[in-house]
Amino acid sequence: MEKKECSCCKSSGDENGYSAVIRTFEKKRGNVIPALHAVQAKMGHLPEEAMQEIADWLDVPISDVFGTATFYTLFSTEPKGRYVVRICDSPPCHIEGSNAIRAAITKELGINPGETTEDGQFSFETVSCFGLCGVAPAIMVNEDVYGNLTPQMIGEILLKYRKKES
Amino acid sequence: MSKITLTINGLPVVAEERMTILQAAEGAGIYIPTLCHHPDLRTEGVCRICIVDVKGQKLLQPACAFPVSDGMSIMTHSPRVRQARKMIIELLLANHPQDCLTCSKNQKCELQKLAKEYGIEDVPFRGERRIQEEDASSASVIRDPEKCIMCKRCIRVCHELQSVGTLSASGRGWDMSIGPALGKTMVEAVCVNCGQCINRCPTGALREKSSVQQVWAALHDPAKHVVVQTAPAVRAAIGEEFGMEPGHRVTGKMVTALKAMGFDKVFDTDFTADLTIMEEGYELIHRIKEGGVLPQLTSCSPGWIKFIEHFYPELLPHVSSCKSPQQMFGALAKTYYAEKAGIDPKDIVSVSIMPCAAKKYECDRPEMADSGYKDVDYVLTTREAAAMMKEAGIDLPNLPDGQYDDPLGESTGAAVIFGSTGGVMEAALRTAYAVLTGTELDDVNITAVRGMDGVRSAEIPVAGITVKAAVAHGLANAREVMEGIKSGKFADYHFIEIMCCPGGCIGGGGQPIPTNEEIRKKRAQAIYEEDEAMTVRRSHENPSVQKLYKEFLGEPLSHKSHELLHTHYTPRGIKPDPKPEEKPVKVKID
Amino acid sequence: MPFYRAHVLVCNGTPCILKGSRAIQAALVEEIKKKGLENEIKVVETGCLGISEYGPVIVVYPEGTTYCGVTVNDVPDIVEEHLLKGRVLQRLVYNAKPAGVTTAPASARQKEHRIVLKNVGAIDPTSIEEYIAVGGYEALGKALTEMRPVDVVESVKKSGLRGRGGAAFPTGLKWELTANECGDGKAIVCNADEGEPGNFKDRLILEGDPHSIIEAMIIGGYAIGANKGYVYIRGEYHQSVSHLELAIAQAREMELLGENILGSGFAFDIEVFKGAGAYICGEETALLESLEGTRGESRMKPPYPPTSGLNSRPTVINNVETLANIPQIILNGPEWFASIGTEKSAGTKIFSPCGDVLMPGVYEVPFGTTMREVIYEMAGGIKSGKDLKAVLIGGPSGVCVSKADLDRQFAFEDLPPGAGALIVMDDAKCMVDMMQNCAQFFLHESCGQCVPCREGTKRLHEMFTWWQAGAGSPGDLELAKELGEVMSTAAKCGLGQFAATAFRTSLPLFEEEYRSHVVDKVCPNGVCEMDNGHGSEVV
Repeated sequence: MEKKECSCCKSSGDENGYSAVIRTFEKKRGNVIPALHAVQAKMGHLPEEAMQEIADWLDVPISDVFGTATFYTLFSTEPKGRYVVRICDSPPCHIEGSNAIRAAITKELGINPGETTEDGQFSFETVSCFGLCGVAPAIMVNEDVYGNLTPQMIGEILLKYRKKES
Repeated sequence: MSKITLTINGLPVVAEERMTILQAAEGAGIYIPTLCHHPDLRTEGVCRICIVDVKGQKLLQPACAFPVSDGMSIMTHSPRVRQARKMIIELLLANHPQDCLTCSKNQKCELQKLAKEYGIEDVPFRGERRIQEEDASSASVIRDPEKCIMCKRCIRVCHELQSVGTLSASGRGWDMSIGPALGKTMVEAVCVNCGQCINRCPTGALREKSSVQQVWAALHDPAKHVVVQTAPAVRAAIGEEFGMEPGHRVTGKMVTALKAMGFDKVFDTDFTADLTIMEEGYELIHRIKEGGVLPQLTSCSPGWIKFIEHFYPELLPHVSSCKSPQQMFGALAKTYYAEKAGIDPKDIVSVSIMPCAAKKYECDRPEMADSGYKDVDYVLTTREAAAMMKEAGIDLPNLPDGQYDDPLGESTGAAVIFGSTGGVMEAALRTAYAVLTGTELDDVNITAVRGMDGVRSAEIPVAGITVKAAVAHGLANAREVMEGIKSGKFADYHFIEIMCCPGGCIGGGGQPIPTNEEIRKKRAQAIYEEDEAMTVRRSHENPSVQKLYKEFLGEPLSHKSHELLHTHYTPRGIKPDPKPEEKPVKVKID
Repeated sequence: MPFYRAHVLVCNGTPCILKGSRAIQAALVEEIKKKGLENEIKVVETGCLGISEYGPVIVVYPEGTTYCGVTVNDVPDIVEEHLLKGRVLQRLVYNAKPAGVTTAPASARQKEHRIVLKNVGAIDPTSIEEYIAVGGYEALGKALTEMRPVDVVESVKKSGLRGRGGAAFPTGLKWELTANECGDGKAIVCNADEGEPGNFKDRLILEGDPHSIIEAMIIGGYAIGANKGYVYIRGEYHQSVSHLELAIAQAREMELLGENILGSGFAFDIEVFKGAGAYICGEETALLESLEGTRGESRMKPPYPPTSGLNSRPTVINNVETLANIPQIILNGPEWFASIGTEKSAGTKIFSPCGDVLMPGVYEVPFGTTMREVIYEMAGGIKSGKDLKAVLIGGPSGVCVSKADLDRQFAFEDLPPGAGALIVMDDAKCMVDMMQNCAQFFLHESCGQCVPCREGTKRLHEMFTWWQAGAGSPGDLELAKELGEVMSTAAKCGLGQFAATAFRTSLPLFEEEYRSHVVDKVCPNGVCEMDNGHGSEVV
């Protein structure tokens, strides 16, 4: 999602970037996950203060909001790289050689799963199946998906994102 | 509810519809082990230790949750049940520090007990164990996450009974851990220090911050004059630590024990409970007559005070400015008593024995130093006091009765009932009636405010006005009342008693473990029995209190009273403390 | 609607998009315009066509010619030859030559029987008009105007439809239990949290035919007396979410969702709820917890959701594939549905063979089809001419079978299909390596609340990892077996109960291979790198 500057956010003193988003949600507990999604889409991760604000707004204990946020792997309480490279290592991808793909990504980015590059551009994660078993092995870069991969293809794929930067 | 018949281990059992297998088995005297189950709490069904074999069910079913039905046939120790239970214990032990001998819960640990029951001699699993640091930041509650078996009893009590929500699970699966939100420590988190989590913890993962060594040091220091006060609820429960049945009061034996341990003076918090009634009662009358903020809320429960400071700071003007009996005692011990006994207050070490974990935090509050010294130096929980007695070789049940010392040892029946929910209210009404009408109540037993219902209210006609009073215990109920005050539901009420812990102080976080409603009722009964047995049952008739006013304070709400016996509160809000290191956690007064 | 003599369907399923289908679509539109055919030929985006291995895929209707491995450079040829001159471009035809594939059966899809996937790949999923044009929302009209709720429930019961998410609970019975509960606030939830590795059928339906799910949910809501529906979609399925949200907006626009549907007075609306990365939320009570904003930890059962579900109200939770059957059952009658498949397993089942098969993809077949037919005749058999070693039916939580079971029929009474994944391993693969990978999945996905699963998945993963490295201990196999048994009976929910199923079922089949790892410290297939000096030598 693109960051957008809108007049309503500015006028409501939304300097932190998430308050206006949080306040669009109806005050019910069932909105904890949608609100976390919305904040993460805006901020790239879930800042502590944002979780506190969700807790206050939805009238849910902060311990519950935090408990929920840390339960789900798509949420991150730590800042992530601009591009999150997710590799599936579930059985179908494993059979099709995901280990070699993982090694290629590590070689290309210089980081292991769970780490972020020093320039903050890329984070690398191992995740469970994302339903692309028909084109295994597969990876996702943010919302883009890539399948039928060979280690040789990794450099080219990641280059696209490097270019976007420069 | 209709009766149904089922079979457990081949024996016919009559149970009620909608009972769980566990309830039916307990009713029939059949033991099924449990770990995550607690009678005070919602069923979670996560430890799986109570699984049983239900005929016709492929899966083993948790007895704590599975409902009985007519004709059901259950085996509580079939081969696959025993195999599964044993393995569950082994799995837990594989991830548990094997340091039982040095654990605070040694011999009282439910996991240890199960390991023995199932004859675990060796843990077959090798491999990783979760390593987590102990959090000893809190003045009251220490968390040792490595001993946590994730039964979530602490989470449930914190959320369900206390509505505080300090503790929750974070992370997932193997990486799950229990603790305050955002990875904060207990002192940073919004925690009221009630210690109810400690009372529910089956292992040594939660315990109170111990003051045992400091108290021994003071007792052994010849230069120190060590005085001790005992809270009303302690006498109704400490016997349990020595194997006595719940509900057995041991007031006199406890006094003897404390003297044997070496305390120079054994005083009674009940004395300042009577004093609280005087101050708080006059404050109420003052508020009613002068149009002050009503309803007035009681202030003797430190967990409750921290709760309102965090969650309802806007309602703080409702709270009585009276210090708790513990802190009134502390302020007097190092002033009035020091003066009378001719002891330099700097040489007095003031110890209190409390049913409470929050009292440890309370005595550390910076405003609790009106004597010019730290008013109360050390707080021991009922459990810690019992442990010290055992270390001193004291066999409490077989001691002769002793007498509290003067002048801070004399008390009334009104004071002792402070220990139970509704007690402060009843004591206050006994005195308020006398002050307002000039006559005494015919029957001092105001049963309308007794009992274990979460929120109770009563109307008592006093001198032309009807005093409307309410009582709540457990912070979830307190929250309900606070919302009621905000919505105007309690607009015409005069006085509301709030106790942090379920059952009041008799169910406090420093009391013997286990706790449940049955035990709390028995302790409450002991409290009311003690009241019945007293000759003086109204606070204003306490001769020592009368003498205190005459010799020292003047009158209730006097300047001196305000200086020593009243306090102020801090609106805190519900955000975790961002920079706790900059704040004084402990006041150091020489 | 203007009349077009031909439609060109461009697959915009996720795998095809990543192979450039968007550019192909743009090129097609451009080229068709260039040839002046824009009023005769319509280019349509469709959901995944199920042969994503050979993407980008396009299909030309009315002939139904499928082209695969299409590039932008092929577009002028296709337009010139096929659309202008009417000659099939043989070099790109799917049947003839999937690129990079040595052998491919000509009739991979002949044995298919499409009910659920009827519209997938055949219509534009972003157009409600197209759905309506192929008979969409007719079943809804029939249900609302000609049937009472109890009739709808009766129809579903009579059809014999059972849940397609793996548990195979009779759908009609579930609806009946919920319909019989009184009070308001009931809900119907579509479980689209497809997370079991190897399964991607629900994604296909959501991407390719979202209206069928909406229609089914309205019918279900009507049947059970619910006015609110939720679709819980896993957060990784971006395309599914956007297609479904668009479809819901269209249905609202046409008042197929809203206060007074088709003038019947029945009110119903649907909310899309995005999951956030937790396999456990496919378990229905964990899903409900997640919908309520908490950690997806499964609840105690009983009570079951039909009695006490979302916000403690009676709730029906159905899998995507299950729901997609509903409109067809209502439209064609329960007898028609019951006549498909076997006596005890009515209808069709979608299978998604993947792993070491030639043509991974999605195939819908009637119950009674054998595993051999699906793997060999449809998915093209084992890659590189190797032999079949084992299949995990349903995914890592399913049973492990060997070649010996190839001729068994997929049916609840014979070989239960689970959710339909078939993770196929050839004979060069190592069972211990595979189990270690499965165990890693469960270790990662266990919610952690119950002891057998939280601690059990950890210990299993550790043991498999040691075996892989040649660090097993005597007695490990027996310990792992016992642990697996305890997990299967004592864990709180399906995740823990089935986390060791693959191991437990593979152990009797491949005991020698396991023992070789644990006792001899040798990986017979040379897959595991042993740390003990044996290396990965093949013995």
